[in-house]
Amino acid sequence: MAAITSDMEIEVRRPRRSVVVGVLLLVWVAAYFVLRGVNTLVLGGQETTGFHDWLTEHRDDVGQGNAFFDAIRIAVDHFVVLLQDVISQPSFDRPVPVIGWLGVVAVSAYLAWAFGNWKVAVLTAAGLGFVGLQGLWQESMDTLALTIAAVLLSLLVAIPLGIWAGLSDRAYKVATLVLDLMQTLPTFVYLAPLTLFFAIGPAAATIATLIYAAPPAVRLTAHAIRSVPPESVEAARSLGSTRGQTLTKVLLPMSRSTVVVGINQTIMAALSMVTVAALIDAPGLGQTVLKALQTLDVGVAFNAGLAIVVLAIVLDRVTTAAGDRPWRTASIRRKVLLGAGAVGVLVAIWFSRTYVWAAEFPSSPNVGSRIAVVTSDVTTWVQDVFGGFTYGVRDAVTNGLLNPLEALLTGSPWWLVTAVVVALAAVLGGWRGALPAAVCLLLLVATGVWHDSMITLASTVLATVVVVAVGLVLGVWAGRNHRVDTWIRPVLDAGQTMPPFVYLVPFLALFGTSRFTAIAAAVVFAVPVTTKIVADGIKAVPVATVEAANSVGSSTWQVISKVQLPVARRAITLAVNQGLIYVLSMVVVGGLVGAGALGYGVAAGFAQSELYGKGLAAGLAIVLLGVLLDRVTQAAARRTGQFKGRGEKR
Amino acid sequence: MKKLRYAGVLTAVALALAGCGGEKVGAETPATTGGKECGTFNLTVSPWVGYEANAAVVAYVATKDLGCKVVKKNLKEEIAWQGFGTGEVDVNLENWGHEDLKKKYIEQEQVAVEAGSTGVKGVIGWYVPPWMAQTYPDITDWKNLNKYAALFKTSESSGKGQLLDGDPSYVTNDEALVKNLSLNYKVVQSGSETALIQAFRDAEKNKKPLLAYFYQPQWFFNEMNLVKINLPPYKAGCDAVPAKIACDYPPYDLDKIVSKKFADSGSPAYTLVKNFQWTNEDQNDVARMIAVDKLTPDQAAEKWVKDNESKVNAWLGK
Repeated sequence: MAAITSDMEIEVRRPRRSVVVGVLLLVWVAAYFVLRGVNTLVLGGQETTGFHDWLTEHRDDVGQGNAFFDAIRIAVDHFVVLLQDVISQPSFDRPVPVIGWLGVVAVSAYLAWAFGNWKVAVLTAAGLGFVGLQGLWQESMDTLALTIAAVLLSLLVAIPLGIWAGLSDRAYKVATLVLDLMQTLPTFVYLAPLTLFFAIGPAAATIATLIYAAPPAVRLTAHAIRSVPPESVEAARSLGSTRGQTLTKVLLPMSRSTVVVGINQTIMAALSMVTVAALIDAPGLGQTVLKALQTLDVGVAFNAGLAIVVLAIVLDRVTTAAGDRPWRTASIRRKVLLGAGAVGVLVAIWFSRTYVWAAEFPSSPNVGSRIAVVTSDVTTWVQDVFGGFTYGVRDAVTNGLLNPLEALLTGSPWWLVTAVVVALAAVLGGWRGALPAAVCLLLLVATGVWHDSMITLASTVLATVVVVAVGLVLGVWAGRNHRVDTWIRPVLDAGQTMPPFVYLVPFLALFGTSRFTAIAAAVVFAVPVTTKIVADGIKAVPVATVEAANSVGSSTWQVISKVQLPVARRAITLAVNQGLIYVLSMVVVGGLVGAGALGYGVAAGFAQSELYGKGLAAGLAIVLLGVLLDRVTQAAARRTGQFKGRGEKR
Repeated sequence: MKKLRYAGVLTAVALALAGCGGEKVGAETPATTGGKECGTFNLTVSPWVGYEANAAVVAYVATKDLGCKVVKKNLKEEIAWQGFGTGEVDVNLENWGHEDLKKKYIEQEQVAVEAGSTGVKGVIGWYVPPWMAQTYPDITDWKNLNKYAALFKTSESSGKGQLLDGDPSYVTNDEALVKNLSLNYKVVQSGSETALIQAFRDAEKNKKPLLAYFYQPQWFFNEMNLVKINLPPYKAGCDAVPAKIACDYPPYDLDKIVSKKFADSGSPAYTLVKNFQWTNEDQNDVARMIAVDKLTPDQAAEKWVKDNESKVNAWLGK
């Protein structure tokens, strides 16, 4: 009886909320037709507000020449240059780096073997050999040097911060807010000012990468420490451990594998910054991509992009293997083997310092030009064959979905949009949703780029819906089927780390310059992370639960919808959130292919000094949109979670 | 596992044997040219091929004839200007206007000085692909643009004709122009040069209508002869008030900017940079070799310098 009443309660309450939402939307549409064009806060392309001009004028205030920044700059510069000297650039009066290619391959494979296993060691050697054959050895090593520097420095900052945020609730709250800012604020906004603080050179590029790459490590470290069962901590305490001992003997060892996932994500993020950092003269593969794009040479750009993907996959698999490896002291046999390996590595280094063939990667055979030609041919073929069809799809989606949504958002008065969105947030997420929504929307008005923000919001919402839909389907598929998972992973890694600049040209050819093109690019970039998280969530559903559902004769669809998805609810919320952040981080790239609005504003602010303030305001608006959507969806998820939770318990 | 280890050992031995026969590092000492007095200078390279052509030729001559060391830095224009102040950039070989930055870095901060024209003339304007100019010969007059507005409708232009704008690096007056010339068009931001070029390629190939903002010199003109729309002609001062502009873009005299420090150094490289001057055709030649023939900048420069010794000698004051 109790079960029946609780079911009824849910069923009665649920429609009521959706009815309220429906009524709100209807009222909005009705009011839109009456109030269309009133108070829409339009601002022309070259127009600025007083706030923007103020930002422009005060751009240089913090300025360089500050001893603190100088000290950081010199230290970071030296560190990066040292790494470059060792593996990529001619150094110490020799025409080659300290360690030639043979030495680098040997050292990398050895480390992969020592910290991971022999499989990833083979993968490492093969991967590095491949980028060498692509004719990109030196560029790859430059990229690797910069990535290693950025990742090490990120971890130096991120892990202590993560531990702190893991131990203190207050630090956790502050950290979440700051990390959201760091991840969604477009890099273009701080790229030019960074060169003022840290001058043009490796330091600025490294620090730009660090800002973008450190957040995942902080988040996951904090998350790991917070998920250590309280019983373990209490047990340690009751045995008389001090705080320090509890941390080093219980908390850190127990959270090790999650921390490694954080390190892994940091590496991925750092590699995805390679092309952007090239805009301020960061050496390496990013330069090759940008240079090729000046002449729309998709083949060469793809070849360099592929090298980035290969480096990413190697680093990802090695760190994952290192994280999975049980923490144990090596057996005598392994110690002997490790010792023998070390000798082999030293021999290889000696070779690479002595002989030219081992120092400079042989220029033939070169598969790079072959890859470039094939890519160009395939791209042209795809463009010719699908060109007309894709334009049709674009027009249908734009006219059917995007334009009406955008018209509603941009054509309504700002106060109407604010009122409706806050009301929706209140209905879906209670005050936890309504309050941040109100604050964010009012701040958006203050940035002076309200109209552009609404255009971007329309595209973002549409892109995120597609990302979540595709991510759920692929994620469930990969989570339920191990073979699919194995095949799909490299593709997902490629989507995440292939610089978007590489596929912009084919996308432009297929869809023209339009908002739709930007949405398509954002979907390609954001689907991988959503899929990965959903797949992990589905895999984590206890086998017993699924078996139980199967044994009572549930169909596959029932198992997915009634068991796996509800149990993986938390992972799905996280997937939606990360999908959204990834879509937003593509807004600027979207601006480069015709999305206009905030993305264009940021890019123009980076290129034209008089628009700097407006660009910064547009960047902040992107952050505000991110916080708004994030808080509302999280509050809504928490509420539905509570409902279900209560229903299940009774 | 065991087999693998043997294989590893065997490969190592084989490699060791094969390797010992190779050429040794440093066996071939690089030829060092004298020219200590020239020293090193930092050259910014802006992200377009025309600039790269300038940079390639100047760097080639400075290295080969003067024995300088040229450090090329790939930077966006705005950041390169900042570099004059911080001492990280010495030479900019192609500056497009940027009056505000000149005021800031040359007049106020006095860290940079002008080093004369490059001889290259910059043109900004509205262009259509060649097939349109053939099919609709009168389209090149702005007065007829409204007649053809319906042709240019796209999913982005809300029912009006689309005027595709370009690279965010350039100032555009297009929104004001459309308004002040009462054109039934909407300015749509393509957001990058890549997007513009791709749009022109697609328009010409599939005979699609396109009206877009573009500029010369540009390597793309080697591939396609875009046709410029004649806007009301530019007169000095007609662009004084940005919101009231109703005339074409001014012709740009592209010039060189160097850091004050470099200008005062007395380096022969400064004289070279100051004397460096060529034509749109020269630049297009080198740009085409880089962009279309896929030569490295250095190879392209070498080829051009060989064919144009008299010009190069004039720069060197020979």
